[in-house]
Amino acid sequence: MTVINALFTYEFLQNAFLSGLIIGVIAPLLGLFIVVRRLALIADALSHVALAGIAGSLFLSQSVLMFSALNPVYLGMASAVGGSLLIERLRGAYKNFEELAIPIILSTGIGFGAIFISLAKGFGSDLVGYLFGSVSAVSRQDLWIIVVIAIVVIAFIRFFYKEMFALSFDKEYAKVSGINGKIIQMFFMIIVALVIGASMRIVGILLVSSLMTIPVAAAIQLAKSFKGALVYSIVIGELSVIIGLFSAFHLDIAPGGTIVITSIIILLLVLSWNKMKGKKPTRKRKGEFA
Amino acid sequence: MTTTIIECTDVNFRYENSTVLEDISLKVKEGEFWALIGPNGSGKSTLINIILGLLKADQGTVKLFGQNVDSFKQRERIGYVSQKSNSFNSGFPATVLEVVKSGLTRKVGLFKSFSKHDEQKALDALRIVKMEDFASHNIGELSGGQQQRVFIARALVGEPDLLIMDEPTVGIDQKNVASFYSMLNELNREHGIAILLVTHEIDLVTELASHVACLNRSIHFHGIQADYKKMNDADISLWYGHPVRRVHQEQKGV
Repeated sequence: MTVINALFTYEFLQNAFLSGLIIGVIAPLLGLFIVVRRLALIADALSHVALAGIAGSLFLSQSVLMFSALNPVYLGMASAVGGSLLIERLRGAYKNFEELAIPIILSTGIGFGAIFISLAKGFGSDLVGYLFGSVSAVSRQDLWIIVVIAIVVIAFIRFFYKEMFALSFDKEYAKVSGINGKIIQMFFMIIVALVIGASMRIVGILLVSSLMTIPVAAAIQLAKSFKGALVYSIVIGELSVIIGLFSAFHLDIAPGGTIVITSIIILLLVLSWNKMKGKKPTRKRKGEFA
Repeated sequence: MTTTIIECTDVNFRYENSTVLEDISLKVKEGEFWALIGPNGSGKSTLINIILGLLKADQGTVKLFGQNVDSFKQRERIGYVSQKSNSFNSGFPATVLEVVKSGLTRKVGLFKSFSKHDEQKALDALRIVKMEDFASHNIGELSGGQQQRVFIARALVGEPDLLIMDEPTVGIDQKNVASFYSMLNELNREHGIAILLVTHEIDLVTELASHVACLNRSIHFHGIQADYKKMNDADISLWYGHPVRRVHQEQKGV
């Protein structure tokens, strides 16, 4: 059966492809702001905190009746949001070692994740799906969650684009010119956490951050402008998701792997293309002024 | 009556156990061009940060356009240019035009996007600094001096009444510094923008500035340029902490 036929036949495939297409837009879109602000590792830390939430939810669903019907994505997202706020706090506490917040949060996430997984005596294929993504696990409910989050993300970028640009390009200047960086930064972190929570069904916890950073890494090699980098990031993100999902379906492997490896291949192609062209033309004319 | 733009009164600032600034009082009025000079580590940048509200003075008050700096909201009236190397990542994917437009962020206001009119303003600002041909270039591709011009355009695009610059010529080719300063002169004379320029170069800039303030922890001299010129080099060397010999424009044949 071809993918196209299967798409019309099975609801779970429609869910997976539609959520994949949406995530292919919003993950690299936020990813661009994450990368240019040198926060790439934060996405990684938050995805591990989401793992703790998911594992906790799966464990509770085994032992507490109330939780048995709860979608683990909710607790996963909630813990990622909690983690994002904690990172901001820790960055404030370690002013001279801001990056220290990242390994602290990351280990906390894995620590709790390991405890819950052990307590539940493993989750079998469920857990593998959360770690590496799954084509079959995306429910209609998951899809709706992703649609709502996508609307929030696009509205945020639409309304705060220029503030986010100013803060990303030059934080000090933004502060002097009276832009309220703290509040915008907090909103941004919460939204990043939500997108991580939403994307993990498809790409999996371990690979979520790659979909936010690798398409961007390729895009900034190609783009001269910020708007250009934004468009390239999304196009490369979408390409990776589409090619990745198709091959995951055909080869019957976890989509997280195929999506991320596709994006890596695109990145390598871009890098070699740039090398062949002799890298970005540097128009630096020494000593020129007027 | 001319408006007072910056008014520092008895500003003190300590960092851990050492006094960085002591009883600084300074008034900058509309249309004036001040050069704030002093040796390295004299507290120049600290004073600028206090004036901008990035640091808080331990004692004393700072007023901007008559309002206390803490509650000063009309930030768009100030254009700020920092030492270039400090605050920007040269690999950043942005064009010159995008960078200049970001200077309008606050003026355009929350929830709104830049309009065609804003883009035109950005191009006008680039024209003032003679960088209009570079509008679509990536900011990282430009030379240090060109980048600094772009940052001045970003500071100018919101049509500020005051331009504050912290050692803007650091990293610029020596032969380009003169043309940079003459551009500042033009901004001050033709556009009427008040300028507060921090520098440790005491020759060129003091020829251009209408007023000079000499800082080394406390203010050792402040007044009009003519009075500064009358001071002898020995006095200046005394507060500078090492021998200083000023070269005058006439001598250089500029």
